[in-house]
Amino acid sequence: MQPDAASQSDDIESGEPLLEARELTRRFGRREALRKVSVAANRGEKVAVIGPNGAGKTTLLSILAGIQKADGGTISHAPREIGWVPQQASLYSKLTVRENLTLFARLERCPDPAAAVEQMLAQTRLQDRADDQVAELSGGNRQRVNIAIGLLADPQVLLLDEPSAALDPRQREYLWEFIDGLTARGTTVVFATHYIEEVDRYADKVLVLADGELLFDGSPYELERVVADASGQEAASFEAAFVAFLREQGH
Amino acid sequence: MRWLLLKDLQILRRSPLLVALLVLYPIVIAALVGFAVTSGPGKPKVAFLNEVPKESNVVDLGGEKIDVADEASPLFEAIEPVRVRSRQEALQKVKDGDVLAALIIPQDVTAKLQSAASGTFQPAEVEVYYNAEDPAKRSFVENTIEAQVQKANNALSKRLTQVAVSYLGLITDGGSFELFGRTLNVLGLNKSVAILEGIRADVPPEQRAALDQVINFARLASENLDLSDDVLNAVGSPLRVKQTVVKGGSEPLGSFAVVIATTVTLMFVTLLLAAGALALEREENAFMRLVRGLVSRTGLLVEKVGLAAVCSTLVGFVLLAGLSVVGVHLGWGRAPLWVVALGFGALAFGAMGVAMGVLAREVRAASLLAFMASLPIAVLALVPSGAVSTGLYDLLRVVSALFPFKPTLDALNAAVNDSGDLAGPLLHLVALTVVFTALARLGLRRFA
Repeated sequence: MQPDAASQSDDIESGEPLLEARELTRRFGRREALRKVSVAANRGEKVAVIGPNGAGKTTLLSILAGIQKADGGTISHAPREIGWVPQQASLYSKLTVRENLTLFARLERCPDPAAAVEQMLAQTRLQDRADDQVAELSGGNRQRVNIAIGLLADPQVLLLDEPSAALDPRQREYLWEFIDGLTARGTTVVFATHYIEEVDRYADKVLVLADGELLFDGSPYELERVVADASGQEAASFEAAFVAFLREQGH
Repeated sequence: MRWLLLKDLQILRRSPLLVALLVLYPIVIAALVGFAVTSGPGKPKVAFLNEVPKESNVVDLGGEKIDVADEASPLFEAIEPVRVRSRQEALQKVKDGDVLAALIIPQDVTAKLQSAASGTFQPAEVEVYYNAEDPAKRSFVENTIEAQVQKANNALSKRLTQVAVSYLGLITDGGSFELFGRTLNVLGLNKSVAILEGIRADVPPEQRAALDQVINFARLASENLDLSDDVLNAVGSPLRVKQTVVKGGSEPLGSFAVVIATTVTLMFVTLLLAAGALALEREENAFMRLVRGLVSRTGLLVEKVGLAAVCSTLVGFVLLAGLSVVGVHLGWGRAPLWVVALGFGALAFGAMGVAMGVLAREVRAASLLAFMASLPIAVLALVPSGAVSTGLYDLLRVVSALFPFKPTLDALNAAVNDSGDLAGPLLHLVALTVVFTALARLGLRRFA
C-alpha cells in the first residue's frame, strides 16, 4: 500500500502547523468530555491520540472531523478539508468497491470522479477486487476501502479512529506502510489508538488524554523521558512508560 | 442528492428478495382483491329430493293455480342442487360429505298448503339436514336455505292473503265461487242491506226495530270488511324499507375495497422503504460520513422520502392497473388523478417512514415498527361511525387525522371512485408530510 514515491512533497518539515485546534471544549450535560484541548500538527506528521477508555479521543477526532460541534474553541480547517476514517467501516455492503468509491467521489465533488477512483484503487491495491461487493471483502480490505474513501478528496489532513482495530498483524503492517506512504507525500495523519506499541513505532507526536484533559503533547521519546525523570529509572517499554505516566497523573 | 438516489436504487437492485416482494406484493393483493370483488361466494352443494308427485305440484288457492316447483326455482339459483332419488340417498350424501346439506320437500307439502286455502290450516314443512363438520360452511348453507325458504314463504303468504281478500270481497259485495265442482252464488252484505231496506216499509211497525238492527249490522259489517282488505294487505307485507343515503358516496363496495387495498399497499411499501433506507445509512455507518458536509441532514431525508414515494407510487399504480386487468371496473380516464392521490399519499407515508427510521435506528427495528404501527392506524381509520360511541368515534377521527392513512384513503376514493372532495385530503397530506419530515429532522440530531 505504498503511495507513489514521485509525488512525495519536499516541504514536509516546514515547521508551520498545518492543523491547529485551540482550547476545544465539549460538554455532554454536566460532564465535560473535552476541557480546553489544543492540538497542532505539522505537514506530514503522524500524531497519535492515546488515553484510557472515555478519555475523549473519539470526541476530539469527531470535533476535528466536523461530526460533533465543539462548545468552545477554534479549528484551523473546515471539516470538508479534512479526511475522516471512522473506526467502523462506513461502506455500503451491497455496492461494489468501485461503486462505493464512485459514490463518495461524486459526493465529494471530485473534478474527475473516475480518475480519483482509479487512483485510490491503485493506491490501496484493490484493482482486482474493484467489482466485488464490499460484503464479500475481508476486514482488512474493508478498512482499505474505508481509508480510500477518506482520501478521495485528497485532503491535507487525515483523521483515523482506531485504524488497526480488528486487523491481524500482517494487515496492520500493510496499513502502516500505507500510512507512512501518505505522510511521506505530505499528508498529516492524526489517529486514535489503543495499540500503544504502534504509537512508539510509527507516531511522530503523541497526545495523551484522560478525562477530557490533555496531559501530554510531545514525541514518544519525550514521554519516556518525562517518566524516567520522574521515577529515576527507564521504563521497560513505551507502554510501561505510558501506564506509569497515567498513574503519576492520577489516572 | 441524485447520487444518493442512484446508490439506493443500486442497493435495491442488489436486494432481489426485497424487490421481488415489492413487485409481487401488489400483484398478489390485486389478484386477491380482484377475485374477491368480482366473484361471489361459491354455491353450496345441496342434495335435493322432491317427494311431491308431479300431479300434486299445483296448489289451487282461491281459483288461482300455483306451481310449487316454480315457486321453489329461485332456491336453485343459490345452491348447486344434487338430485337424489330417495331420502336415504340424500342423508348418505350428507354423511359422506358429498354435499353440505340435504333439502327434502315432503309429499304432503302441497296438501297442507291447499288446506290453508280451504280454511283448515296445517303448517307445511320442508326438511333440511346439515353436515356440521365445518361450522362456517354449515352456517353458510343454513343461511342460504333459510333465506330462500323465507322468500318462498313470503310469496305464498302474499297469495294466501290475496285469497283471503277475495273471500272478504265475496262476503261484502257478493258473487260466485266454485266448490266441489258446483258454482255457488253469494248475495253479499251490500245487496242484503239493499233488499232489507226495500222490504222495511212492508214490515209491521212493531217488527221494524228488529229489522233495523239487522240492517245496521249488515251495513256496519259491509263497511268494516271493506277496510279489512287494507289490513290483510298490510299483514302480507308488514314492513317496507325506504333507503336514503345521508352521507358518503354511492360507490359500490367492491370499488371501495380496491381503494382500501391500494392504500394499505401504499402504506406498507412506503413506510418500509423510507424507514429501512434511512436506518440502513446508520447501520452501514455511512450517516456520519454523509452529513459531515457531503449531504445535509434535510437533503438526506428528502432523498429517502422521494425514493420511497416514487417507488410506492409506481407500486400503487401497478396494483390499480392489475386490479383493472383482473376484472375490477376502474375508470382509466381518471388515471392522472390516481397518480396525484398516490403521490401525495406516498409522500406523507414516506415522511412518516423516515420519522420511524429515525426512531428505530436499525433496519430490522424500523421494519417491525412500520408493521406494528401501521396496522392499528389503518384499522382505526376504517372504524365506521355508529360502530362505537360518539365520543370514542370523535377520538378515533382525531387520531386518524394525525396519520396519513385516512386522508390517503379519502384522496384515493375521490380519485378512483369520484367520491367526495380531492383537494381537502391532498392538503391534509401535504401538512402531514411537512410535520413528519420536521419531526424526523429533529430526531436526526441524535441519530448517529
